[in-house]
Amino acid sequence: MKSARILFNHETLHVTVNEKDQVVTQEGKVLEEGSFTWLPPCDGKIFVLAINYADHAAELSFKAPDEPLVFLKNNNSLIGHNQHTYRPDNVDYMHYECELVVVIGKQAKNVSVDDAMDYVGGYTVGNDYAIRDYLENYYRPNLRVKSRDTCTPIGPYLVDAKEVKDPHNLVLRTYINGELKQEGNTKDLVFNIPQLIAYLSDIMTLSPGDMIFTGTPEGLADVKPGDVITTEVEGVGVLKNTIISETDYLKTIHKQ
Amino acid sequence: MFYFRQKESDIAIEKTAQTRVEVPLDDALLPPTSGSVIGVALNDKALVQTLEKSFHEKPHVQPPKTPVLYIKTDNTHLGYGAPIKVPTDKGPVYAGPALGIVIGKTATRVSTENALDVIQGFTVVNEVSLAETSFYRPAVKAKCRDTFCPIGPWIIDKESVQNPNSLTIRTVINDQQVHETNTNQLIHSVEEIVSYISGFMTLEAGDILIAGTPLRSAELEIKPGDSVMIDIDGIGQLSNPVEME
Repeated sequence: MKSARILFNHETLHVTVNEKDQVVTQEGKVLEEGSFTWLPPCDGKIFVLAINYADHAAELSFKAPDEPLVFLKNNNSLIGHNQHTYRPDNVDYMHYECELVVVIGKQAKNVSVDDAMDYVGGYTVGNDYAIRDYLENYYRPNLRVKSRDTCTPIGPYLVDAKEVKDPHNLVLRTYINGELKQEGNTKDLVFNIPQLIAYLSDIMTLSPGDMIFTGTPEGLADVKPGDVITTEVEGVGVLKNTIISETDYLKTIHKQ
Repeated sequence: MFYFRQKESDIAIEKTAQTRVEVPLDDALLPPTSGSVIGVALNDKALVQTLEKSFHEKPHVQPPKTPVLYIKTDNTHLGYGAPIKVPTDKGPVYAGPALGIVIGKTATRVSTENALDVIQGFTVVNEVSLAETSFYRPAVKAKCRDTFCPIGPWIIDKESVQNPNSLTIRTVINDQQVHETNTNQLIHSVEEIVSYISGFMTLEAGDILIAGTPLRSAELEIKPGDSVMIDIDGIGQLSNPVEME
């Protein structure tokens, strides 16, 4: 099953998504695309893995780490499918990061690698934008780079764990305006899903809805206002997002 | 006015009181909000002075240009009186006496001049942490263990606080005062913190910003069996027992 959250007539609805990718309400009504707004499909802690694909580590001139390199985002940064992400004015390099997102399904503490997959509720697609201009060597990557308003598109929907046969063999792709820019496969994860769940649940209790962005492969590129960015994970979803300028973004927030 | 939350049959109930004596100080108290908790690291003058030299060395290379932020995840949030659970195999664990700034309404890009408008009030935070050997990578392991962020006992409205940038903060362990600091030791003031963070992160009512913690000196170490209390002048006293994880 695919589940999603949408804003429809100013109300948040929990809906399902059918085989034709149409949104179906709990009453069984099919809603037309454009008549609602996609919201992030889950709500919880946001963990993100840095340098978790060997090829991407090389691209950033890093050695793959000995233990997972995890950072946190705050939920202010999440937006749903088909929304706008703003690029700050006067920055040189803002890039996407297409990622498989693991969503926790039940409370997890001190879970072993062997049992870890039982705690996965589902999967979705995440785009972990970064503004590299703002990197500093303190708690790197710092929140100003990663936890910005609108900088974490996620969705469109959550796919039940049991419907993804092998989450460690999924192709990830990113397109800018239809042109393929990034391609990788989750089989190249440095730390795989059970290792990540075991690692995190050793530190703290994980709760249903918590998200683990598992990292991005090589193939980063700068994005500019007007660009349509499509991030997709095979069998999990296609997440679209449009870059707007900071000036245009400010007009939208001042209207509210 | 005092705002607090209480657990009643496992449901969180929001309550208010005119005076502090009306708030029942027991372990039914929950953290006074359920919002995000974001802290400012390296925001204490003496702490930064101690580290100054290392800021110019690898991997830092240069001192921070902007306030250094971290997140205390929801599993860390703890109410008054509930036990802080410390591991015994991860080295020393330290109390982190700090002022909590509670946001009162949605805030995006607030100027320092308008910062007080979006603040509801203040609370006491004990930002518990393992020792940090480096500030290079995010401090998830040191700061995000379960129960590592007691908050409370209440939120006191901002009108009752004359100057949030001049409040004495005392740490008392087992009835003995072990540490004293003051919010006048903050590098970035309360108003600057709200303005900086809201510049790229929209803050919501109920979000809490941890203004800054001092150097984790040996006096601040907490161990199973201890009782730790953070006392901020005019804000409140936050007490928690310490137990083995």
